[in-house]
Amino acid sequence: MTDLFSKFDALIAEREGLMATGIRDPFGIVMDQVKSPTEAVIKGKDTILLGTYNYMGMTFDPDVVAAGKAALDEFGSGTNGSRCLNGTFRDHMEAEEALKEFYGMAHAMVFSTGYQANLGFVSSIAGKGDYVILDADSHASIYDGCFLGNAEIVRFRHNSVEDLDKRLGRLPAEAGKLVVLEGVYSMLGDIAPLADMVKVAKKHGAMVLVDEAHSMGFFGEHGRGVYEEQGVEADVDFVVGTFSKSVGTVGGFVVSNHPKFEIMRLVTRPYVFTASLPPSVVATATTSIRKLMFAHNKRQHLWENVRQLHSGLKKLGFRLPTETPESAIVTVLLDDQEQTAMMWNEMIALGVYVNMARPPATPAGIYLLRCSLCAEHTSEQIETVLGRFAEAGRKVGAIA
Amino acid sequence: MTDRTEAFDIVKTQIEPFNKKGVEVSEATSFQHDLEWDSLTVMDFVAAIEDEFDILITMNMQAEIETVGQLVDAVVKLKG
Repeated sequence: MTDLFSKFDALIAEREGLMATGIRDPFGIVMDQVKSPTEAVIKGKDTILLGTYNYMGMTFDPDVVAAGKAALDEFGSGTNGSRCLNGTFRDHMEAEEALKEFYGMAHAMVFSTGYQANLGFVSSIAGKGDYVILDADSHASIYDGCFLGNAEIVRFRHNSVEDLDKRLGRLPAEAGKLVVLEGVYSMLGDIAPLADMVKVAKKHGAMVLVDEAHSMGFFGEHGRGVYEEQGVEADVDFVVGTFSKSVGTVGGFVVSNHPKFEIMRLVTRPYVFTASLPPSVVATATTSIRKLMFAHNKRQHLWENVRQLHSGLKKLGFRLPTETPESAIVTVLLDDQEQTAMMWNEMIALGVYVNMARPPATPAGIYLLRCSLCAEHTSEQIETVLGRFAEAGRKVGAIA
Repeated sequence: MTDRTEAFDIVKTQIEPFNKKGVEVSEATSFQHDLEWDSLTVMDFVAAIEDEFDILITMNMQAEIETVGQLVDAVVKLKG
């Protein structure tokens, strides 16, 4: 009998090799206690959280938590069914209403996760004979949406307007085309030149989807995302987002002004054939989204934190992928897997949790530690973090 | 209509800058197993081929192409 697991032998060996160096498992962290959006207890140690997507720090907001508790009392713990059958409650509709208001769009569709929103929407909207044109650094959920569907897939070089233009120009003029972009790319924290890209996409008659998962609440006048900040709202056909980052719970969504949008509820398999979100989750999401519309102070403090961390790390001599901070993600580039793992291990031992990432999650050959800022981080916490980065960086030889 | 021999020669020339291991390139050479290219190299190489022939090779097509010979066939077909 062939052991079906033998295909994973190389990865198992690599992991064992890494663990044999005595470091802790970067992919096996357990939070024993979560004290606030920025602090947790891990293995008995107070740890500053600098690797969550809790950008706006909404997870412990008293109104948000109260909304979830009330929904648990009124509607119970779960829906036991699909959005299309018995799984749409009052609070799912309210979450969609809140999204329509937040984005100023006519339609909103809530999925059970952000991953499913991309998976379902991309695979359903582009069918056989259509083309999906995506950035090479697209999130796994976008790639998986392509693989689940039947469209032809074309990749262009990350953030290259010229490459996008060239590839669109080679497609049959009459074919259906969907260009998929992201406002913020989550590994390096760089933003897309959406103004130019959307213009090029429209020149070639393509529809445009922008994933704004990592920008909600703090880009653009209404916090809609990078596409709003760059003034291309009128030309973006679909915006995909998530509840698991700025909103602070779990779930995903697509919003649009397309007059036929509602049909997607019947043709999107990852929407139809799965259970809907529990009422408490959509209730917390609704409250959080409505508060995010007016969270100007949080937004301002988040950007202050971003600048403080980015400039501090640069001053210490760390290698950062962007000259200036572009989003709430600040990434530190390191030389290789070993150095990255050691650096991560030093940081966790010092009481700072950051994300360690490696290919295939990162672009080929890139090893990094990713920090994501929260509006609830204090400037003292950022100073503490910088001190610990300095200590760890010197110890592993990442900085002089 | 691109002549197949001509297409093979052009593809071979395009492979050279990416052929870090100096592998002898033939019809049967496998991109993954012989040239051992990673995904980034594949993308750069595909872009070079697309520009050279002014064609578009979708990811769906790329998934079917394992050897140099198969790529040449695809190029000839796309050029019509």
